[in-house]
Amino acid sequence: MWNLFFAIGILIGAFIAWNWLSDYHQININNKLLNEFKNYGITDYSQVVPKEVINWNGLFTLKGFILIVIGGFFVGFGTRYGEGCTSGHAISGLSNLQWPSLVATISFMVGGFFVANFLLPLILKL
Amino acid sequence: MENIVAESSRSATDLLRDKKINQPGNIFYRNLKFLLAGIVFGILLIKGEVISWFRIQEMFRLQSFHMYGIIGSAIITGMISIFLIKKLHIKMINREEVVIPPKKFHRGYVYGGLIFGCGWAITGACPGPLFAQIGSGATVVLVTLFSAIAGT
Repeated sequence: MWNLFFAIGILIGAFIAWNWLSDYHQININNKLLNEFKNYGITDYSQVVPKEVINWNGLFTLKGFILIVIGGFFVGFGTRYGEGCTSGHAISGLSNLQWPSLVATISFMVGGFFVANFLLPLILKL
Repeated sequence: MENIVAESSRSATDLLRDKKINQPGNIFYRNLKFLLAGIVFGILLIKGEVISWFRIQEMFRLQSFHMYGIIGSAIITGMISIFLIKKLHIKMINREEVVIPPKKFHRGYVYGGLIFGCGWAITGACPGPLFAQIGSGATVVLVTLFSAIAGT
């Protein structure tokens, strides 16, 4: 039960911070990345997700479906199977010097590097 | 082992206080502290920009120090916290001893980790930040969240 309350708290906190405490128009993203994404039609980085591809209409395109639905499934399945995510393994696990967490952290960095550098450009070209 | 020792050495007043705290009361009131912790975490996720899809791409392409700095300082903070908790025998809010069970390795750590990494790079979010992305108004992430829950 406590995690449900915690999750709702995150939602409320994010809502508060997004509306009154922050401005992502001033986010300082590497220019190299922005120039590359321009080729895929992604120019607006003032939201937490690229709204050109991750939006309700995009859900019905192949590209959007992969980014939203398949990606979400991977996050959920991987977290459960690997028994933890960034906070559980990389932060809590490593700060407690648990070697299985180091293995898990390396694994998700490897997965992320592969997808971000090789697979995602192909998906965004769809 | 330490836990068992602490258990037996509790005084009667401690036990009485435990009883009071564990009494079933208003469900909202009892979980209020978790809600507040979540709100603080949500604000930090937004202010830290760690829920930005673009920040995650930067991290995986080694184009920015931002995420490494945040995760790195979180690990150091965690280390200091765990050290202090152990050293000073700090108890949890319900006065129970803090026990961190050792993780038992299995192959899921590798395969699950790889799969989670793929998902992280695609969605730009891990489980907590999914809620923060929705809170920021990206309502379509609700679908990502349901898909993630389906994946568990």
